[in-house]
Amino acid sequence: MGRFLLRRAGQALLVAWGAVTLVFVVVRIVPGDPATLILGPDASADQLASVRADFGLDKPLWQQYLTHMGDVLHGDFGDSWRLGGSAMGATLDRFPATLELAALALLITLAAGFPLGMLCARRPGRILDALVSTGSLVGQALPSFWLGIVLILLFARQLHWLPSTAGGGPEAVILPSVTLALPFVGWLARLVRNGALEEIGKDYVRTARAKGTGEGAVLYVHVARNIALPVVTVLGLLMGNFIANAVIVEVVFSWPGLGSLMVDAITNRDYAVVEAAIVTITVCYIALNLVVDVLCVALDPRLTPQNA
Amino acid sequence: MTMSAVHPAPAPPAGDAAAELRDVHIGFRSGRHVTPVVRGVTLRLRPGRVLALVGESGSGKSLTSLALIGLLPPGAEITAGTVALGGDDTAGFTARQWREARGSRVAMVFQDPMAALNPGFAVGAQIAEPFRRRLGLSRREARERAVALMREVGIADAAARYGDHPHEFSGGMRQRAVIAMALALGPSVLLADEPTTALDVTVQAQILRLLARRQQEAGLATLLVSHDLGVVARMAHDVAVMYAGRIVEQGPLDAVYTRPAHPYTLGLLRAMPDGREGARLIPVPGLPPDPRRPPGGCAFHPRCPFATDVCRTDDPPLTETGGRSVACHHADEVGAASSVEEDR
Repeated sequence: MGRFLLRRAGQALLVAWGAVTLVFVVVRIVPGDPATLILGPDASADQLASVRADFGLDKPLWQQYLTHMGDVLHGDFGDSWRLGGSAMGATLDRFPATLELAALALLITLAAGFPLGMLCARRPGRILDALVSTGSLVGQALPSFWLGIVLILLFARQLHWLPSTAGGGPEAVILPSVTLALPFVGWLARLVRNGALEEIGKDYVRTARAKGTGEGAVLYVHVARNIALPVVTVLGLLMGNFIANAVIVEVVFSWPGLGSLMVDAITNRDYAVVEAAIVTITVCYIALNLVVDVLCVALDPRLTPQNA
Repeated sequence: MTMSAVHPAPAPPAGDAAAELRDVHIGFRSGRHVTPVVRGVTLRLRPGRVLALVGESGSGKSLTSLALIGLLPPGAEITAGTVALGGDDTAGFTARQWREARGSRVAMVFQDPMAALNPGFAVGAQIAEPFRRRLGLSRREARERAVALMREVGIADAAARYGDHPHEFSGGMRQRAVIAMALALGPSVLLADEPTTALDVTVQAQILRLLARRQQEAGLATLLVSHDLGVVARMAHDVAVMYAGRIVEQGPLDAVYTRPAHPYTLGLLRAMPDGREGARLIPVPGLPPDPRRPPGGCAFHPRCPFATDVCRTDDPPLTETGGRSVACHHADEVGAASSVEEDR
């Protein structure tokens, strides 16, 4: 297990380095000059030059990159020119809100999608199964900003059941997380259904039934154990997806998370914050992948770390 | 395996049936159309006795055994006849009644023990499952009973192996575990579907001995489904030979083996190595019929060396002759031919 973990952690570091580099390059390639944005269009050439010097923007790109990488290793992405203070600090302030949103969305997806998939597997080809298949396609096709607005109109404006923006109380998280989760409920249900159907045809299911095991335990113990691996894998990826997808949903619901911070930073060419946010999301994604890998090894009795 | 290896346990006197099939028909339904696969099978399983059901793959023997535990595959259904367990007609069984009957009244040992065990759970936990779920025992009690059972079926170091997963067991040990699971709740009827077919030759004999011993000790009424006449000779008291969904010959092992009266039985026995020096193996020519297009008359006639005109038109009924039942127009000739061979 130790060597396996070490190898995966090494790979993760490599990916993180690649991500930081990519973000560095992309952020500097996109048009728009931070100095102009800070000082406004009326600034003189001297003023612009001095601001560029302050931020190290006058140096050649490779030099900026080396300095930057050195700072990043210390967790220093520079200061946000818009918010003052360190960019990483601002990012980490907002991060828990996004995490809360994504975690709840994951929980909703699992709690709704898993039993739904099992129900479909129990009676394949019947009405519920057909509904879920269609629903999963429709769900995938819905843009989340549209879904979010519809939910706001329905539950906040029309029914007044839930607040549409953050700040009202803990229930404010419900609408944005449902918006994130809804397109994936049917998708997970399909995955569970297909996996379960394949397993139900296997001999061990017949053995379990021959022992007099009830249909519930056959599905939720015997079959569930054997589709746990793919389900855990997609849930891990889905969590990463939710953190990244939160960008749009957070803007729609004015949720004070990483996504809305990043969108602000991009519009204002706040390089340091953009980088800090993207790198945080990337590292999160990588960490989730690592967790999934470890969970998969732990879940599969045949997959020992030596042959993983 | 030689014919002299025929040493089943002395048969206890025939008592009441522990399980019974009466004129059972099973078919695969697709829409309105039903393809008959089992066509009127009558079998009686008695306590302490082993009845072997012999036939080629596709003859309907596995479906016949699955009908006795209510686990016919999707699409297959009983279209006529009665399946009875200990005198109760199962036609009216609810899902719950079947569930309660499985394991405690009728249990099953399957062909491929690797596939039959859940790869995701420890073998011991799978053996303990009926104790937990059905008897409601505590985790510890269930574990103790499972370990004791594992010891009984000859799994060495049972307590230490309780937590091992199926892939960590050898083929023979896996089949022992499957047998332990089947015996857990003390059933009165045991169905064994090709219990040694998927095993190494070296462990086949051990598994057969284990099955025979447990069968005798517990007085189990056993249905042994096999295509291997050697296996049958070692364990069975009675034999029923199935061909194309029907029983073509049925009777005590000795009678059927030493003087087969159906040409298919004769063919099967000739196709089996019997250890005689220089003896030729003669395969049964041809292939079993397609159940969707059964031949007219006796289903075996296209492959039968004894066939005459009557065989092409009339399906012979199962009739009593020479201490067994046989469904053949030419049973006497076949019997004569097989006794000539016996004298050779």
